[in-house]
Amino acid sequence: MAERSFKKEVEALRLGDGETFHGEGILAVTKALLQSGVSYVGGYQGAPVSHMMDVLEDAQPILDDLGVHYEGNASEAAAAAMLGASINYPMRGAVTWKSTVGTNVASDALSNLASAGVKGGAMIVLGEDYGDGASIIQERTHAFAMKSQMWLLDPRPNLPTIVNMVEKGFELSEASSTPVMLELRIRACHVYGSFPTRDNVSPAISSKNLLEESDFNFDRICLPPSTYIQERLKVDVRMPAAIDYIRDQKLNETFDGDLGDLGIIMQGGMYNSVMRSLNQLGLADAFGNSRIPLYVLNVTYPLIPDEVSAFCADKRAVLVVEEGQPDYIEQALHAVLRRADLNTKLYGKDVLPMAGEYTGEVMLRGIAKFAETVGHATAAFDDVGKTVAQLDRTKNRAREILGQAVPARPPGFCVGCPERPVFTAMKLAKKELGEFHVASDIGCHTFSTLAPFNIGNTVLGYGLSLASSTAVSPNFGKRVVSVMGDGGLWHNGLTSGVAEAVFNKSDGVLIVMDNGYTSATGAQHIPSSRAADREGDQDRVSIEDTLRGFGVTWVRTVRTYSIDKVLDTLKEAFASKEKGLKVIVAAGECMLAVQRRLRPTNRDKIARGERVVQPRFGVDDDVCTGDHSCIRLSGCPSLTIKPNPDPLRDDPVAHVDNGCVGCGVCGEVAHAAVLCPSFYKAEIVHNPTLLDRMLSGVRRAVIGTLQGGGGQPSAPTPAE
Amino acid sequence: MNDDLRPICLIIGALGGEGGGVLADWITEAATAEGYPVQRTSVPGVAQRTGATTYYIEIVPTKRQELNGRDPVLALFPNPGTLDLVVATEILEAGRAMERGFVTPDRTTLIASTHRIFAIAEKSVPADGRYDSDRIVEAAKELARQPIVFDIAALTRRHGVSLNAALLGMIAASGVLPFEDDVYRDAVRRAGKAVEANLKGFDIGLNAVREPPSEAPALEKRHTSTTSSLIPQAMKQLPAPLHAIAAEALPRLTRFQNDSYARRWLARTTDLVAAEKTADIGAGTVTGEAAKQLAVWMSFEDIIRVADVKSRGARYDLMRDEIGAQPGQVIRVTEFLKPGIPEWADMLPPTMGARLRAWAARRGKTMNVGLHIRSDTVLGFLMLYLLARLRWWRPRTLRFAEENADIDAWLAALKHAMTNDMHLAREIAELPRLRKGYGETRTRGVGKYTRVMTDVVAPWLAGTPPDSSAATLKALRQQALSDADDSKFDALLAKSAGAPSGSFDKAAAE
Repeated sequence: MAERSFKKEVEALRLGDGETFHGEGILAVTKALLQSGVSYVGGYQGAPVSHMMDVLEDAQPILDDLGVHYEGNASEAAAAAMLGASINYPMRGAVTWKSTVGTNVASDALSNLASAGVKGGAMIVLGEDYGDGASIIQERTHAFAMKSQMWLLDPRPNLPTIVNMVEKGFELSEASSTPVMLELRIRACHVYGSFPTRDNVSPAISSKNLLEESDFNFDRICLPPSTYIQERLKVDVRMPAAIDYIRDQKLNETFDGDLGDLGIIMQGGMYNSVMRSLNQLGLADAFGNSRIPLYVLNVTYPLIPDEVSAFCADKRAVLVVEEGQPDYIEQALHAVLRRADLNTKLYGKDVLPMAGEYTGEVMLRGIAKFAETVGHATAAFDDVGKTVAQLDRTKNRAREILGQAVPARPPGFCVGCPERPVFTAMKLAKKELGEFHVASDIGCHTFSTLAPFNIGNTVLGYGLSLASSTAVSPNFGKRVVSVMGDGGLWHNGLTSGVAEAVFNKSDGVLIVMDNGYTSATGAQHIPSSRAADREGDQDRVSIEDTLRGFGVTWVRTVRTYSIDKVLDTLKEAFASKEKGLKVIVAAGECMLAVQRRLRPTNRDKIARGERVVQPRFGVDDDVCTGDHSCIRLSGCPSLTIKPNPDPLRDDPVAHVDNGCVGCGVCGEVAHAAVLCPSFYKAEIVHNPTLLDRMLSGVRRAVIGTLQGGGGQPSAPTPAE
Repeated sequence: MNDDLRPICLIIGALGGEGGGVLADWITEAATAEGYPVQRTSVPGVAQRTGATTYYIEIVPTKRQELNGRDPVLALFPNPGTLDLVVATEILEAGRAMERGFVTPDRTTLIASTHRIFAIAEKSVPADGRYDSDRIVEAAKELARQPIVFDIAALTRRHGVSLNAALLGMIAASGVLPFEDDVYRDAVRRAGKAVEANLKGFDIGLNAVREPPSEAPALEKRHTSTTSSLIPQAMKQLPAPLHAIAAEALPRLTRFQNDSYARRWLARTTDLVAAEKTADIGAGTVTGEAAKQLAVWMSFEDIIRVADVKSRGARYDLMRDEIGAQPGQVIRVTEFLKPGIPEWADMLPPTMGARLRAWAARRGKTMNVGLHIRSDTVLGFLMLYLLARLRWWRPRTLRFAEENADIDAWLAALKHAMTNDMHLAREIAELPRLRKGYGETRTRGVGKYTRVMTDVVAPWLAGTPPDSSAATLKALRQQALSDADDSKFDALLAKSAGAPSGSFDKAAAE
């Protein structure tokens, strides 16, 4: 079971004709896939489409009923390759991943897929991780669509349109023998809404209705001369077919308005934001009736030239709302207008920013600027400036009163995270050994680059830390450390990193975080996942055995919470005379997963009256001097500060809040760093046995006597 | 456009794991059940891991059946100037919303809890890096149409309910959404999780807005409950601004050592007060800070004090309180101590201690031994108890001698400075703040203090301090206490030690 269970929500996937679905965008897409009669689904997790993988996994019984095959792929490349089933056979299939990083990984298979062409509809559902909350480099999927000739759907972000575009997308794919990509931005993936459902469609080819013959056609193989034929097909057949289908089925939408000499062309995904800003500027009502005519591109690649020129023909100025850079669409529109010999003036990246997410405020300012620039004979734009000026006044006033910027709250390691102590050890190691180069990777452990650790010199991609150290290593005065998660290891690090290092006899240190899941994406399973957490599945691939199988001879497995041991092992790896890759498997199960199991169990036990010992940490606020070095070595969210209760001191003291899960790191840090004696571990014994109570009673009595009989003035008592 | 219907827009700003998602679910569920078109979105992703997470909801205040088939277009992004309700589970998130222009006087109801969950940038500062959240409250009062701002977390803690349930009650009470109270309650029931507790939380939130509880401000300071026989004398000898300090300092130092040690504080402070009078600066201007620092410094944190704090009778109740142990539960306590040669050398007579330290320095080893002491057991407690009984030995130790020598040097500098520069004297009074922590942290802190005193303060006092001396000292102190990385402090110190004494030489030559 992943971090979040969708067992209840997936029941909505069974809805049929005339019913209404209520739920999240990504669940709606899954329902649309089933309504489209897919034979197979797969993908690789990553925000914002992680939930789609979780949904599919939890929907296994429903998929089984329909005969739909689900595969949790090992990587995006594997997922894209799975779409190969649609090359030879008229099977519909869909896969999902996070873009653009996932599309990068998948692009080898995607190029081949797009070149060979498909018989069955092939769809890639992309979570476009761009803007606020994104965790990856900011690029556009659009480029992949153009270079490989795949069609890019960017539907208006409401569930009926998204669902419709999934269904039409398969038809478009089949009509033009081309895979299509459905792009959903973060907020669209998580949008909660409703749509009228249809019955699911059992696929014609499925595990219930098997293929009998294999289809051989050399024209679909990537060897010359087939590759030349395929390129011609893209240009001569598939693109025109796609354009015809998109035009005939009216996948793009036009909305009229009374200010007919102006227009706005936008990506479908931008529609709701455009409407809201027009509404705020007094140029549209709440129901989508805009005074400025709109042309909404639910398909952003390819463009439909005659639609564009028809929309622009009678307009003096048109605004292009295109999020991200470069401005592919704006450039293409310029070319369309030039070819059609139209003089309509295009605005776009001159009034809207070239880079960055088009948030509500950005959109508002951009449209206002467009309106003010082009002006209008009517009084339509008279109040536009007032709205923007009001916004400026509010923000300035807030800034004035606040005085200084509100501190950022970046993500970080969770309470009790098993990865945090590894970086504590590394910070201590740097004190002893001096600075060394650390190649970081993708995963929760990337947070090590943030405060309070600030460890990690580079991040080159998922599973690529070791590979990214290969030219630093021979040119650096100390051994180079690469950090890789177990997720990254199975994704590709084993081959691109470990196998390559063994083959090339590289001399470096690799730390593999063996926490049992791809935790950053929501704790999905990997080959080394702990069996206890996977129902009915008892096999688990050992990372250490795997590494030894690959020829690594120096492997140490350490429990991450033992900071002293991690530190010693790290120093050993640095000092070792042995050449070659040295791997430290830092083992500690994801604390979120542990707590998900433990919490309900303990709660039930306590309720039943059973004895449960719950550890947690505390700080003696009279001992703490408020220097916070513990915090700088830990960063645990539950290790925080509180006002100093000492009337003679001012600086806040360290404090462990109720979120503490008693992982032990506070004590380990205090020891390993020789910090201070303020920490204590308290174990609360729920439902103590008679023996517990008697022992405690005797102890309290003896200790109490000593405390009372010491002739000391009685100590301060709490104020309350 | 003649149809002026517009959706109700609301943001919930929460931190990962605070239940902001559940709160958003309840609201969505309530709207759906009542037949109001609703849309909700969020940006969780990686921010779920302890970062700031926002949920955005739009509700059309007209029921779907009354819309005659027309579908409102609902946005996925909040537009500044269009928000009717902003909910912040913690005050910093309210500040963030205002920074972004989401709170406007014409529309926005702001519900925010004033309690603090400190950001890493605030809590990792070596001294006090807390953001001044009073400013956020002030901004809320000016910028929100209806500010509902108080310590909601304290309220929910008191009643043992969860924050998000109380927030739901407060949203209901704010009247921004077109639902009756029972609509919210039904949504909580349908969600089916911890229903009873959440309904209770809902009512607590509801009542807190409708009949605000008279809140006693939380007492931050734990004042001593003991007194000292020296207090009457102190009240006579010391000016009024120092009385409260004396009431804390004297019992503290008696506990730390004995009455005669407390008397030493009184004598030292009286001496400073006399100097302050001679210099004719207001009573307490310098001594107010100095007397405090002196008391803290004189009760320095050696092994004996740590053992004493950890073996006090009152600690047991404080600890149970801190960890939230319920009556009837047994607690077991483990202490983490790791004394090494520096700590033991501190406890030896000065010559022996110094020799041991020198030996350890040559060997490059501190030989710290990690101890896990079960202080709830008789044996473990006895260890701490007996260590704490060693107070009689303390005046003979190296640490005692060193601390008191440094104190005397500081007092001398302070008195000297008071005669010619009150501002400089005030800054010198604050300098002992640099001496904090244990082990290596303390070594570095004391090192910084010593360098400031010998490289900067001493040369100034040997002549006439430059005009900028107080500002320079303040900058040095703030740098030392705001950044754990010493490099900037070192650079500043090098500059301060060089430049002002140079200008001082020049001034002397003229």
